[in-house]
Amino acid sequence: MVPLNWYIILSAVMFSIGMFGFLSRRNLVIMFICLELMLNAVNVSLVAFSHYLQSINGQILVFFVITVAAAEAAIGLAIIIAYYKNNPTIKVDEINILKG
Amino acid sequence: MTLQQIYFGYFATMMTIISLLVVSRKNPVHSVLWMLVLFVHMAGLYLFLNAEFLAAVQIIVYAGAIMVLFLFVIMLLNLRKEEKEFRLQKQWPVSAVTAVLFLVVLVSILGKITVLPELGEYSIDMINAQGSLMTIGNVLYTKYLLPFEIASVLLLVAIVGAVVLAKKRIE
Amino acid sequence: MSAAEMIGIFIETLIVVSILMLHVSYVVYFERKVIGHMQCRMGPMRVGWHGLLQPIADAIKLFFKEDIIPSQADKPIFYVAPLIGVLAALGSVAVIPMWEGFSIANLNIGILYILALSSVGSYAVILGGWASNSKYSFLGGLRSAAQVISYEIAMGLSLVGVMLMSGSANLSDIVHAQAGHWFIFTQPVAFFVFVIAIFAETNRVPFDMPEAETELVAGYATEYSGIRFGLFFMAEYAGMFVMSAFAVTCFLGGWSGPAFLPGFVWFILKVYAFIFLYFWIRATLPRYRYDQLMGLGWKLFIPLALANVVFTALMKIL
Repeated sequence: MVPLNWYIILSAVMFSIGMFGFLSRRNLVIMFICLELMLNAVNVSLVAFSHYLQSINGQILVFFVITVAAAEAAIGLAIIIAYYKNNPTIKVDEINILKG
Repeated sequence: MTLQQIYFGYFATMMTIISLLVVSRKNPVHSVLWMLVLFVHMAGLYLFLNAEFLAAVQIIVYAGAIMVLFLFVIMLLNLRKEEKEFRLQKQWPVSAVTAVLFLVVLVSILGKITVLPELGEYSIDMINAQGSLMTIGNVLYTKYLLPFEIASVLLLVAIVGAVVLAKKRIE
Repeated sequence: MSAAEMIGIFIETLIVVSILMLHVSYVVYFERKVIGHMQCRMGPMRVGWHGLLQPIADAIKLFFKEDIIPSQADKPIFYVAPLIGVLAALGSVAVIPMWEGFSIANLNIGILYILALSSVGSYAVILGGWASNSKYSFLGGLRSAAQVISYEIAMGLSLVGVMLMSGSANLSDIVHAQAGHWFIFTQPVAFFVFVIAIFAETNRVPFDMPEAETELVAGYATEYSGIRFGLFFMAEYAGMFVMSAFAVTCFLGGWSGPAFLPGFVWFILKVYAFIFLYFWIRATLPRYRYDQLMGLGWKLFIPLALANVVFTALMKIL
């Protein structure tokens, strides 16, 4: 029998790796991929909770997280393309012309 | 070591290694590919946790739609020049320390979780008797009907938003 | 699960896959013969009686050809891409019920499993095109990405009608639910959308935009040669086989038929009739233009499939 804690720790490790990537990479597209990684890390823990607490709510929540992730990816990538048309770079430290 | 623990051990080590590869690749296409491998492993873990519907959805939605969208965008942008430069921003040591500290805090708290004595009604036998698809469908269309409808509106908003953002401006 | 059961499943899989491979190589022969006769030619005639050994000669030729890799290609991805295609196509066979009570894995989510693997299979084309580092291959890959995403939605939505009618996503249950009335008669709109969507999914004429010989010099496969090209070829025909079997299971009553022939024979006959439809259309229709293909998918087939879902659900309630 695998204890629940192992899943939670796996999820925490994946989340931290995603967080490091999101905070430190320069490439905007890879930052988005790291965001997906963080969402997936949370999904792992939700499914594990759902299994161990014998409740279906965790799986339903994962379903909604996937929906939100799809919406977020569509909008985010559209923003990247719209920005790239005006200013051909996707390095976040060079995207700084939005000063008010 | 039981068979289950070996199974979990394989998935946990592979998923950690693949997550590191996703974050560290220079070429975004390679990142996306490792992410694809990660999704397959996650689907395997979901099957292990009796969530077969979510395992299928994970592959169909994430691997089949979202990651293809990422690949499509990466191929539309011309990133040859950027691949030669340093891949991290200059504050990367700070973010590394932050992430490690965050992990330490999370593990020290979450490692102490114990399963509550009162369990829900959806035991493994019950889900197996009914089928994962049927169980989730029943709950989704009764108890969670309103959130489900809101999610569909959210997707509609995302579609309209993406079209408005990405289309050529009409002067 | 005991060790004996696992070995049993392993042997079962081995037998089914090797029989499938044999069929796949002879489907190529069948295609050349059918198209040849439709164009008043004979097709392959030289190797063996009426060219019967032609597929084996072709396979040996592909095996021993030099495996050329472009110097600027992304090597690991270039190596892996054809394998993804073959594995996805062969993996889908596991859930297809071939006769009463036999499928390698009787999954409750059979339909979703096949949809998942077909979306993974599209990566082979996208990545093969990207990794070759050539203009034509790249365009083929991009076209395939857009085409497969668009038509997968129409395909999934047309299958919702089938799931509503049978109340299950298990392929064996779907065949049982068709006793007496095949879903091609109760769900004609879904069948129409599904057939066109699988033509686009398997990149066949009239929707073979990703490989369009005349404009993209074979698209994603331009830079591939030898055994890797052979793998792409095999993935395409195995995909055709799987999709035909899927269509037969969901719409044409699977293994069921009059009792004078066993179920397996009926199944194979129906699959070959469907594959014949593929070849017939290839010999008849010209290729679509790319923007027309996308417009057709988004503006006609997705709304049509959605309307079918709503109509079926209403009929189910009433």
